[in-house]
Amino acid sequence: MSILGSYNDWIFVILLMIGLYGVIARHNLVKKVISLAIFQTAIFLLFISMGVRTGGVAPIIQDDPSITYASPLVQVLILTAIVVSLSVFAVALAIIVNIRRAYGTIEADEIVLIDDRQEEAGEGTP
Amino acid sequence: MIEAHLPVLVVVVLLLGAIVTVLGGGGRGSWLVALAAVATSFFLALRLLEKVVSDGSVRELLGDWPAPWGIELHVDLLGAIIITLVTGVGLVTTFYSYRSVRHEIAADRVNLFYSLWLLAITGMVGICVTGDVFNIYVLLEVSSLAMYSLVAMGKDRDRRALPAAFNYLVLGSIAASFILIGIGYLYMLTGTLNIDDLHQRLSQLPQNRTLETAFAFLMVGLSIKVALFPLHLWLPEAYSRAPTAVAALLSATATKVGIYITFRFVFSVFGTDTGFLGVSNSTILLTCAALAIVFGSLSAARQKSLSRILAYSSVAQIGYIVLGLALLEKNAVEGALLHTVFHALMKGGLFMVAGIYIYRLGSNDLDRLRGIGRKMPWTSAALVAGGLGMIGVPGTAGFISKLYLLRGTIASGEWLLTAAILLGSIFAAIYVWRVLEIVYLQKATDDREIKEAPLELLIPTWTLLGLSIAVGLHSSWVVELLEGAAAAMLGGNG
Repeated sequence: MSILGSYNDWIFVILLMIGLYGVIARHNLVKKVISLAIFQTAIFLLFISMGVRTGGVAPIIQDDPSITYASPLVQVLILTAIVVSLSVFAVALAIIVNIRRAYGTIEADEIVLIDDRQEEAGEGTP
Repeated sequence: MIEAHLPVLVVVVLLLGAIVTVLGGGGRGSWLVALAAVATSFFLALRLLEKVVSDGSVRELLGDWPAPWGIELHVDLLGAIIITLVTGVGLVTTFYSYRSVRHEIAADRVNLFYSLWLLAITGMVGICVTGDVFNIYVLLEVSSLAMYSLVAMGKDRDRRALPAAFNYLVLGSIAASFILIGIGYLYMLTGTLNIDDLHQRLSQLPQNRTLETAFAFLMVGLSIKVALFPLHLWLPEAYSRAPTAVAALLSATATKVGIYITFRFVFSVFGTDTGFLGVSNSTILLTCAALAIVFGSLSAARQKSLSRILAYSSVAQIGYIVLGLALLEKNAVEGALLHTVFHALMKGGLFMVAGIYIYRLGSNDLDRLRGIGRKMPWTSAALVAGGLGMIGVPGTAGFISKLYLLRGTIASGEWLLTAAILLGSIFAAIYVWRVLEIVYLQKATDDREIKEAPLELLIPTWTLLGLSIAVGLHSSWVVELLEGAAAAMLGGNG
């Protein structure tokens, strides 16, 4: 197998790493969530490209036995996974809205600073 | 009719409860619905456990589709034990939550809180009944999403709950994605998602790189979910900022279900008879586990609040469990299972004690707890009972599980691990003593009148801690039950 032959795997790995880097390196919480989205989309591509067959058609059963079909199961699995990741983003964004209300910022480093200052002032748990 | 559908009913009752509680509105109603749902589920779980003990594992085909195509529910002894544990602890913490939730969460959100509460338990129980790896992923996300939101609901007491919940969410999602990638590679290799089928086909495959990659992704993902050192960073923040009832529930059940999934993948999917699990695979896990024990206990001794001490102690206890699991030796695996159950009882009870202090004092920072032992004797006695269990003093449940783990490390000749377990117990004695010294021997700094905790909080706390002492004194039946589960795991196909 040549290096370019498995190009779908390369795309998967590159997207996965871009996403993971973004989650770690970005301070802005919304950008972290967007990076998480890229990370999870990469996995969807891995699954869907798994189901491809050369010359395969959409898996609707026809009488002709010579037809090859693309695997429908991985697509169903990913449909579920998309719903799951959608819910993750909904919860994540809801938490970010609440963080903005409580702290007045959505930058992770500023939030840490605010908490440290509060702890030094001895305010502790209200 | 009910007998045949026990595996699915135990989950559906909770799911229906989660929907009804939202409609129930605020007030006492939503709590009653939640209590009824968890109690019913616990009752069904006991029936299920009884059935599994007498007739062996229970299978159910959803919609009557035969196994590799349809989704099969499969409850074996380990699954039934964990379901009983989760619903049982869930019942006690639900009882406990009535007062503390009213105290910590705005009244108009109480019904939503209980809906999330039930969804979290639904997901955890669902994981234990299913025989399909993709189902495990989906249900893991169902329970995790509910848990992120539950942690975030601690914002009414402490706004730091929000960043804690966000970090938990990001790490939890990355973990779940890694697990999904692992499942993807397994599917690529075998073309099936059914656990029994996977095991059969994997045992016919030669050693290959894809299989190793799948195992690595699964283990890293699961290590984040169970908070194995050095991937534990989300845990102390999340547990110490969450509403107190949530901290008690999560510490007792969430990581335990993660451990269950790890057991499932290691023993039921990969299996000890395939020749895949070898020394090379477990060295990394053993190293992390040993470091978790030492580092977790050491960090616990340096924390400033009781909640955070307990949270770091959890990191150490996860180390004990993973150590037993990764040794792949009979005594050690039994010890890991025993520790999973016993730690759930002890840590759940201890987090309830931490919650009671917050309920009465507004905080459980150590300098606020000076001399509290005289003002709240029953609560503080519970702290002693749980603390001794954490150290592993003879007569408590913690002693028995650590004894099995020690036997396991000695039997496999891993002296460094034996040393790690003993060192961990010494550090545990230090952090427990540090708290007890403040609670009992130091003079109170403020003279405010502080009443003993209300009975609604004390009874559930003592139920869990009393149970942990009871099994410490009369352990034979629990040990026998878990030995059976361990034997089934090690015997290959669980």
